[in-house]
Amino acid sequence: MEKKKLEELFESMYRIRRFEETMLEQTFKGKSMGVTHSSDGQEAGPVGICAHLTDKDWIGSTHRGHGHCIAKGLDTKKMMAEIFGKSTGQCKGKGGSMHIADFSKGMLGANAIVGASIPLAVGAALSSKYNGTEDDSVGVAFFGDGATGQGVLHESMNLASIWKLPVIFVCENNHYAEATPVEYAVSIEDISDRAAAYSMPGITADGMDVFDVYEVADEAINRARKGEGPTLIELKTFRYHGHFHADDPKKYRTPEEDEKWKDRDCLKIFEEKVISNKSMTLESIKKIKDLIDKEMLEAVEFAEKSPMPDISELYSDVYVKYKD
Amino acid sequence: MTFDYSQTFRGLAGLPNTDNVPGSEMRYRDAFNLTLRAELERDPSVFVMGEDIAGGAGRFEKDGEVSYEEKKGFKPLDAWGGPFAATKGLIQDFGSERIKDTPISEAGVLGAAIGAALTGTRPVVDLMYFDFVTVAYDQLLSNAAKSRYMFGGQTKVPLTMFARSGAGTGHAAQHSESFYSMLVHIPGLKVVVPSDPLSVKGLLSASIRDDDPVFLVNDKKLINLSGFVPDAEVVFELGKGRYLRRGTDVTLIGMAYTSEICRKVAEKLEDSGVSCEVIDMLSLSPLDEDIILESVSKTNKVVIVDEDTPMCSMASEISSIIADKGFDFLDAPIKKVNSPHTPVPYNRDLEFSFMPSEERVIKAIQEIVEY
Ligand SMILES: Cc1ncc(C[n+]2csc(CCOP(=O)(O)OP(=O)(O)O)c2C)c(N)n1
Ligand SMILES: [Mg+2]
Repeated sequence: MEKKKLEELFESMYRIRRFEETMLEQTFKGKSMGVTHSSDGQEAGPVGICAHLTDKDWIGSTHRGHGHCIAKGLDTKKMMAEIFGKSTGQCKGKGGSMHIADFSKGMLGANAIVGASIPLAVGAALSSKYNGTEDDSVGVAFFGDGATGQGVLHESMNLASIWKLPVIFVCENNHYAEATPVEYAVSIEDISDRAAAYSMPGITADGMDVFDVYEVADEAINRARKGEGPTLIELKTFRYHGHFHADDPKKYRTPEEDEKWKDRDCLKIFEEKVISNKSMTLESIKKIKDLIDKEMLEAVEFAEKSPMPDISELYSDVYVKYKD
Repeated sequence: MTFDYSQTFRGLAGLPNTDNVPGSEMRYRDAFNLTLRAELERDPSVFVMGEDIAGGAGRFEKDGEVSYEEKKGFKPLDAWGGPFAATKGLIQDFGSERIKDTPISEAGVLGAAIGAALTGTRPVVDLMYFDFVTVAYDQLLSNAAKSRYMFGGQTKVPLTMFARSGAGTGHAAQHSESFYSMLVHIPGLKVVVPSDPLSVKGLLSASIRDDDPVFLVNDKKLINLSGFVPDAEVVFELGKGRYLRRGTDVTLIGMAYTSEICRKVAEKLEDSGVSCEVIDMLSLSPLDEDIILESVSKTNKVVIVDEDTPMCSMASEISSIIADKGFDFLDAPIKKVNSPHTPVPYNRDLEFSFMPSEERVIKAIQEIVEY
């Protein structure tokens, strides 16, 4: 992989990690106006997938959506401001952490209803097929292991399969849905096996290793772009934090389990790899880190200093036009 | 001494005197939890299903050691105990067959609960946030509510559902709904809206014992509110409202948290010489028309406070009943205080201007009190 790409992957993963850490700090300071769900630990997934996408490709996201947003190139200032409920936020402070969207970047929105964004990504693929632009506009549906319990996922996979739509289903299996372990809620070991029922390829990748995700995504997205239809990708991963900011995962996870995953931290694995094969230097890594650390301070400052939305915003945007 | 809950209904001013009644102050959520526990103890055909109502499903624990298999001395792990701890501690005593964690499958779970209710059990389903009702709405509308009627009365659906509603907690558009009217609109379904720890006790017991499907809506803003709850069994009659306060100048009608708003407003206005009568609806379907008309016939003025968006809301429905059956009682226009016709915004200032507030209720009263 060329150096520039490597740097991009690292930068994006580190940006997500630092954003989540900063966002949690700010949440605990009372700066967020609502619940926040950190995706720290899961960074390699969104980054390895979105590295193949452009602004013309569409992604659908979840309540745990900050990583998807950042990997898709959203501005961390506007994201932080959204969480702070400010008028400069990505959605004018009207959506909050669970509803960050940027249609100019191909980001269909974080979605607080589990499973609800999956058919939206299928719809994006539908319009791309309709317009004959499959080669440069695919849909990617991000969802959790818990979402596989929703009927709408299965309906969506079947639709994508019968219509051969350019869509990639990406299940981030972080092994828990709230406090419920995946072993309890899902009847199979590898969620990728669900693909067989909808006659599409299904593949499980190491969600802690950005290189593995990158490779698997490359093949799936190429298939989609060539008009060969959908793929289901399962990423085995782990969220370090609780389900939402105030959740204590010690109530349902053992310390050993956490240690096991943190041992395979995506940033750590990446750094070890690129240093040992000399494709990046410690200096270049540090340079990126410094840059991002500074970016986070700026994001908080921007959010802090931004004004509240005007009360009239309560009534705007309900319709394009309702009545005069 | 038993507690005469009938006193909490119409006919008496304010809440009953509880001086000599054994009981205690507790939070709404604790009253809910204890009542559910009592109903599980009372009737072995009652069981509960929902996402993370225990949490940590399928695991067992003893002194911090976790096992995936049931072992001697190990108890089922209760990591969450449901959102807002509604079902906390129940799995330890009733086991995982009666406190059943489910995957995130609202439609399937509610449908299965209906099937179970049709065949001899009395399921209670926790749908978590009120908004998720719509994921299972087809089952609710087409199966739960219609089975008895379309099968000619052969069967019944003794099912209880509950969920947490309302804005005010920064949960934004998809976790803050109050669409009572979307449920009340369904023939075959009953809908109740407790407003304090006592009424959640009385209404939850009544819902579980009722032979029809009942939806109990827990307004999030009430969940940590405290109040007196008697130790004795309390079973409210479904379909009856109650007076929270008697007055002569204007009737305020509330439901769930808006009843609390009405009560506070009535207190505040007392000093300025406006005497408010406060009705707490408690049940939205069936709806207690009598208490509404009785009160309006006396005060001749009415303000209805409803967190739902205004079009086709409970406030609209109650207005139409008054306009139809109580037209001659009225000395002023009927006033509705709803949320606006918009989704729920995230920003706190916007969110608080979205919801009905004491200020908005007072403003509505001022518009009609001198009429
Ligand atoms: C339809 C619906 N049901 C329930 C919820 C409540 N809820 C929010 S997140 C969540 C768990 C989701 O688990 P998973 O899909 O694995 O995603 P993760 O949180 O692990 O990222 C649940 C049950 C919801 N938001 N929407
Ligand atoms: Mg998960």
